[in-house]
Order: sequence, then structure tokens, then C-alpha cells
Amino acid sequence: MAPPPTVPAPDAGLAGVRSPAQLVAATAPSSQGARRAVDRGFLVLCLALTALAVVILAVLLVSVWRDGHERLGAEFLTNYASRKPAEAGVKAALWGSVWVCAICALTALPIGVGTALWLEEFARPSRLTSFIKLNISNLAGVPSIVYGILGLTAFARLFGSVSADAPIAIGDPEGVLYLKLPFGNGVLAGGLTLMLVVLPIVIVSSQEALRAVPRSLRAGALALGATQWQATLSITLPAALPMVMTGAILAVSRAIGEAAPILVLGVPLFIRSVPQNLMSDFTVLPLQIYNWANRPGEAFHELAAAAIIVLLAVLLTFNAVAVVIRQRLRTTS
Amino acid sequence: MTAATVTSAARAAAAASRRGAPRSAVARDRRERAVRAALFGSALLSVATTATIIAILASETIRFFGMPGVSVTDFLFGTTWAPLLGADKHFGIWPLLCGTFLVTAIAAAFALPVGLVAAIYLSEYARPRVRAAVKPALEVLAGIPTVVYGYFALTVITPFLHDHVSERFGTFNALGAGLAVGIMILPIVASLSEDALRAVPRSLRDAAYALGSTRFDVSVRVVVPAALSGIMASWLLAVTRAIGETMIVALAAGGMAAMTLSPTAEVQTMTAYMVQIFLGDAPATGVEYRSSYAVATVLFVVTLGLTLVGNLVLRRFREEYD
Repeated sequence: MAPPPTVPAPDAGLAGVRSPAQLVAATAPSSQGARRAVDRGFLVLCLALTALAVVILAVLLVSVWRDGHERLGAEFLTNYASRKPAEAGVKAALWGSVWVCAICALTALPIGVGTALWLEEFARPSRLTSFIKLNISNLAGVPSIVYGILGLTAFARLFGSVSADAPIAIGDPEGVLYLKLPFGNGVLAGGLTLMLVVLPIVIVSSQEALRAVPRSLRAGALALGATQWQATLSITLPAALPMVMTGAILAVSRAIGEAAPILVLGVPLFIRSVPQNLMSDFTVLPLQIYNWANRPGEAFHELAAAAIIVLLAVLLTFNAVAVVIRQRLRTTS
Repeated sequence: MTAATVTSAARAAAAASRRGAPRSAVARDRRERAVRAALFGSALLSVATTATIIAILASETIRFFGMPGVSVTDFLFGTTWAPLLGADKHFGIWPLLCGTFLVTAIAAAFALPVGLVAAIYLSEYARPRVRAAVKPALEVLAGIPTVVYGYFALTVITPFLHDHVSERFGTFNALGAGLAVGIMILPIVASLSEDALRAVPRSLRDAAYALGSTRFDVSVRVVVPAALSGIMASWLLAVTRAIGETMIVALAAGGMAAMTLSPTAEVQTMTAYMVQIFLGDAPATGVEYRSSYAVATVLFVVTLGLTLVGNLVLRRFREEYD
């Protein structure tokens, strides 16, 4: 483009509000026709690149469907993984994902919302508060595989405080209420690890939800004599709930798709059982997909594609449920 | 709004007092304090998480450097990464850094410009109807698990590169993995940049139009500079995600740590090495196993640094228009 004719605009991009002179300089006309052409050209570029994103999505979905749909069927959902591709299924991985994500949701939601409530409703501005906020935004940037290392040490091994060879066990290993310390690589360790992965997402989205509630609502409740907690519990939180749930669902969708932290826990690669209790061995759908995709051979790639279809279907159902919940809450509140 | 606000507040306050709020002020205070403590406790958990991550990584890394045949200088400056070769082990981090850099650079070269242009289109050009169709597509892309992109790289992108670009692309290559990572971070760039662009006040656009600007002038020379801090923050966040991405590179980039910048080459990233170790049979006390903690420390420091820079950029270069 032609250089600006008269007024040089020193750091035009970083200054505060720009003067008209700077704006004129920034939008220096070269010739009417050339400017129109640039405008047109840019629009074409915009359309092309945005269309590219949509096309990539279409190619991805179509290729996965093409590779995998023939493997789908009731048996694919009810069979365990097998060395023979014809008999293999995702039963163990599907149930493992359900268990782990349930634990993740049940722990991440109260802790995440609690943290958001503390930061938005209770905490006074202080060094500690801003440190906690900074810390949360940093946690959101930590790669998920690093959380896997944390989960391995903190949950699976309990920092080595109890030897894995002589675990402290409570209850019947076959029963529902079996517990042992350390947790080992069971569903509880997996769920808690994923909880740590998604916690920053839950906190930040809940904070945004709480911030969107008008100040006047809180003020009204406090003026009527409610304590801070009463105002929060009966006014602020219900008003923020639809947005809080949306954030929580997005967070759990992320957890459903995570393979790296679970992989670090050292879960067995070949499982032919469904979790019985919190200590049961498990695998999850993304990890099963990784295992199949990682093997050479057309048959295993087809299995991976079929498992991807199942995973995407689970995610889709989950998001649909979220939309329904959100609508419900919005109409009743 | 105000009337509804007051009635709903009154209704809820009445409900609260009916719902068994303790009558005595003492009991009320006690409950208030208990709740406060519980909420503060959950807030502290996030600090404890960071502290524990740092403690684990630091102590394991120190133990790794204390093992025979390992030295800090070799690790930080060495250019050979051969942890699994019998007697002649080498732990120089640079090949892994190089692999990570190559994959991230490819992803960024694809996703940062494309994402920004898509954001400009959505924010400045698209009609509401088009926007309503494209935004969900981007959200779907953002919600797809990364292992799916790994499969996509392995079964679609790489065969395409091999058949239509160059025979030199093998089953595992940096370009295929990098493009898949780029597709993964594209929606992050697009949606966060779009938020930043839309936050620029109308009056700036109106002023520029009034001075005779075309839509291109307004978008690229007025709105984009005004939203620069948000755009840069979205870029940094996307790059951070690309560096930490694990499953795509574990599936599609290969397992050969090499000092190369060739897009056709098989490379190993820091995350892919960690997958190799944690999935493999390396004994938990062995030097290879411990080395993965040292790699994790480098990964953590790099991503933390980028996140901090991102926060700084957002705060330092933010333009206030209110």
C-alpha cells in the first residue's frame, strides 16, 4: 500500500484514543479504484479462509464416518477390546469414560463453583486474592499431560506415603464400596486427575456467570437483611446457574476427550471388564482410540474410526443434554 | 428490569428466611463463617495444585540430575537425545525442543493468520445468518478431542501429503502433525480474536467510515490495531496449547528425536517423549523414566512463561475506550 502522505502516526496502534488526523493517516487513500480492489480482494480472502475451516470440519467428519461406520453396531458397544478386530468393541472404554467423567463432574463442579463464589462474592481485593486469580489463569495454560504426572504422584501413589505392595484396603474387592490406599490407577485416581485438568475452566466460566448477575440483585437482598451467604445462595447463584451449568458441561466435554493425563497414570492397555467400584481398573474412549490408531493395519484403523464415532456421539448427546438443562433453568428462574 | 429485580430479590429473601435460616444471630454468624472457610478452602486448592506440581517436578528433576551419567550441562546444552540406547545414553534436551518448535511453528503458521482472518470476517463482514452458521462449526471444531485430530493426521493429512505433495512424506512427519495441531488451535484463535474485535466500540468504526474508509481500511487499520492486545493474547494462548498438545504428535509425528527443521522428517516432541516413557515398560526407578520428569519440567516452564507473557500483554497493551 502507498505510504501515508502527510501526518506520520507514531505508534498509532498502541496509543489510546486516536485523533481524527491519525485516523486520516491510518486510512490514507491511494486511489479510489485501488482501495476498492483491495477491499474486494480481502473479502474474497476472508470467505476462502473461513470456508476452509468449514471444509476441514466436513472432511474430518466424512472421512471418520467412511472409515468406521461399517464396524458400528450393537456388538461394537457390548464387546470388549480384542486381538481379533472382528470381535473387538468399546464396552470397557465406554463405561470407563462414564465412571471417570461422573467422578470428574461431581468433584469439579462444587470445588470450581466454590472457588468462583469465593473470588467473586466473598474475597476482598488483596494480594492473596489477586495471586489466586493469577494462579488460576496460569493453571489453565498447563498442558494436560503435566496434570497426569500430578495425578500419578498425588492420587495413584499418594506421594508414596503408603506402599503400593501393602495397600490399606477397606471392604470387599468385588463389592461397590471397596476402597484402598493408595488409589492405584483405578477410576477414582482417573476422575480426580481429570478434575484438576478441568477445574480452571469451571472456575473461570463460573466467575463470568457470577459477574453477569446485576449488582442490584445482591444489593436488594443485602438491604433486606440477608447475610452474604444467604444473598449468594438464594439470589446470585440461582441467577447465574444457567451459565454456570453451561461452563461445567463444556468442561466435562473436555474431560471426556482427554487421553494424555489418563495415559500417564499407567492404566492397563488391554481391559476386559467394566468398573465395579472406585478402585477398578479402567480405560477411556480416547485412549482406546489412540491404541487402535497407533497399530498398523486397516482393520484397527477402522476400529479407531468407529470408536471416534461413538466418542463424538457421546459428546453430542452430552451437549444436547446441556442445552435442555439450560433451557429448563432459564424458564424456571 | 428494576421492578422485576426488586420483586425477585424480595421473594428470594422471604424464601431464604422461610427455608430455615437460623433465627439466632450467633448461629447465623457461625454458619457464615463455616461457609466462608469452605469456599476459601476450595480457592486454596488451586494454589495447592500449582505448588504440588512444582514440588513434584523439582524434586524428581533434581533426583534425575543426581543419577550417574546425567549432567545438567549436557541436558541444557546437549544436542543428542538417546535415552534408550543401552550403555551409551545421552540426555540433551535440544532435539526434543527442536521437534516441539518445528511442530508448533507449522501449526502457528497455519492457524494464527487463518484464525485471525476468520475472526475479522465473522466480526466485521459476515451477515448475521452466515455468522450463525459458521460459529457453531468453529465450536464443533473446538470440541473435538485431540486424539481425533491425531487420527485425522495419520489417515487423511499424511496420505494426502504423500500422494499429492511429495513422496518424501513418510507415515510419520512433522508437517502432517503440525497441520493437525494447527486445525486444533484454529478455533481458539478465531473465537478469542473475534471476542477482542467485537469489543472495539462502534464509534471507532463509524468515525473511520465517516472519513471515507472502505471496509478493509476499517477492519485492518482501525479495528485490528485497537484489538491488538486481545489478538496477541489469543495467539499466545493458542501457541501454548500447541506446545502442550500430546495425542496428535504422539500419533502422527513419530518417535525419533532429531535436530531437524525439515517438515518431511520424523520428529519427537517433549510431550511425545513423555507418552513413550509412560506407556512403555521403563522401570519407575530407571534413568529413562526419571528423564521424563526433567522433560516435563522444561515443558512446564516454557508453557508457564508463555502464559505469563500472555497475561502481561493483555494488561500492558489493553486499550481502554470507556
